[in-house]
Amino acid sequence: MADITVRSASIGSPDSRSSLHKLMQRKSTIAFLMALPLILLITVLVAYPAGYAVYLAMLNKSMTKFVWFKNFDFLFTRDTFWMVVYQSCLFAITAVIFKALIGFIVAHFVHNIPSKGQRKWRGMLLVPWVIPPAMSTLAWLWLFDPSYSAFNWLLQPFGLGPIPWLGETGWARFSVILVNVWVGAPFFMIMYLAALKSVPEQLYEAAAIDGATWWQRIWYVTLPMMRNIIAITALFSTIVTFANFDIVRVLTKGDPLNTTHLFGTWAFRLGIESNDIPLGSAVSLFMVPILAVAAVFILRDITKRGSEV
Amino acid sequence: MADAAVTSPAGAPTRARYGSMSRDRRWALRWSYFFLILFAIFFLTPPIYMFITSLKTSQEISAEINPWWVFNPTLNNYITLLTQNIFLKFFLNSAIVAVCTVTITMCISVIAAFSLARMKFWGSATLATGVFLTYLVPETLLFIPLFKMFAWVNETLGIQLMNNWWTLIILYPTLTVPFCTWIMIGYFASIPKELDEAALIDGATWIQTLTKIFIPVALPGIIAATIFCFTVSWAQFLYPLAFTTSTSELVLPVGIITTLIKGDVFNWGQIMTGALLGAAPPLIIYAFLMDYYIAGLTAGATKG
Repeated sequence: MADITVRSASIGSPDSRSSLHKLMQRKSTIAFLMALPLILLITVLVAYPAGYAVYLAMLNKSMTKFVWFKNFDFLFTRDTFWMVVYQSCLFAITAVIFKALIGFIVAHFVHNIPSKGQRKWRGMLLVPWVIPPAMSTLAWLWLFDPSYSAFNWLLQPFGLGPIPWLGETGWARFSVILVNVWVGAPFFMIMYLAALKSVPEQLYEAAAIDGATWWQRIWYVTLPMMRNIIAITALFSTIVTFANFDIVRVLTKGDPLNTTHLFGTWAFRLGIESNDIPLGSAVSLFMVPILAVAAVFILRDITKRGSEV
Repeated sequence: MADAAVTSPAGAPTRARYGSMSRDRRWALRWSYFFLILFAIFFLTPPIYMFITSLKTSQEISAEINPWWVFNPTLNNYITLLTQNIFLKFFLNSAIVAVCTVTITMCISVIAAFSLARMKFWGSATLATGVFLTYLVPETLLFIPLFKMFAWVNETLGIQLMNNWWTLIILYPTLTVPFCTWIMIGYFASIPKELDEAALIDGATWIQTLTKIFIPVALPGIIAATIFCFTVSWAQFLYPLAFTTSTSELVLPVGIITTLIKGDVFNWGQIMTGALLGAAPPLIIYAFLMDYYIAGLTAGATKG
């Protein structure tokens, strides 16, 4: 049976070689045409603006003169700029670490319970990720309200004075990070849960027979098996967190005294609200180095896995 | 033989250990539930508080009573918002933008993914990587140059892109197409080659192979990508905030934040109602299609 099909196929091919050749030639043309909308979209609305941002950042405020790196020089002399750099790094690093930790812990607990109930818990715990961040941040804004804060009401009986959640630099930074962790931790949880499911049960059984404690099981079995997913999720999240806009914009708008601004929100303040497009553009370009580093690592991981398969 | 010799003397102590292990397990389970409840409280407090506040009157909100309980539940906030034309307009704008974005994105990305995954042309591998890189470019980097580009379009071509809700239909695909193409490439690449070879031998054209074989087989992936697309375009906040200003051109998230928050007078009952209604469409989709939603989430990093 198999013989016949193979023979008929090999008979068929010499006759149609020329037309097959033509088809192959046409194939790449069709393929290119099919990808053309994608190529156009990426060039016109992503690649070109990204390059244009570099050019814009080198114009003077009224955009009439090319001033090379004057805008950057100006930024370096301003305290607010260094504060934004500090806050962006603090925000991104702290938030990603806590998201990863909470995600890891919660994923473990969900993985621990009988699989019948896992779906329900997973569904419930992913809700913060599903709600549009601008909307859920409004709920946090209300929870942090200076005069009606529901958190402060809960703390009152314990004698803990009203906390200025958004009014004082330290607390405002804490609040912004807290909300970001709240939004992002479920994503880590889902990724880690998927990774945990792919760790073969036998490894844990072997570890248990060898007398490994729970800590050793996590350190020597779970973490090495999940290393890839942990790295790639953390890198993704670093990019998204660093470029965050919604949460800070809705929660504090950069206040008090610009201390909670990130690159994105400060660029918006300067570029759109204060109408200084070149300066805003220069600020937003400072996100590029971090993004580039993360992108290189992610790409390396992807190509490595591609060659393994 | 050797096996039996090893197990039989060790039999008794193993059983004792086994008992302690199952007791450990029971305790681990209890602790798991305890901590899961704690985390669930942390994760669900804001949406629940949103709901609680949405049922309150302004008097109750400003009263000095337990904010975590509704004493006189009322649906007034919902009625006021849903009978306001402007709020319905936001909703409509959001819905049209989201539906158009999903349609455009899926057309572009499914076709492009098919050509990149299967047909290959000069530079197609580079393009696939490029698509992925575009996904990593955040919108916070692009909105200022786009702002300037739109001004330029207005000056030279006379098309006013600023302050029009349909501009968002042009912009949102930049956020959704790269990711959707990327996960569709992953799904298409996992379809066995024999399947499309068989179709080609039977004389199917490339378009037929795509519509009759690839799309049906990769349907779960397409649903996941569609859901992703919808949620992203529904939740997008920066582009509408930067590019639309007139009240009638706003989409829901921006509309709620700019029209309901008036100066220092915060009508929290209405704001929370609006936020809850704004969060409802993604939540409803999530409730019904959770598995596809999660598949789409994890596909980005685990596939490809």
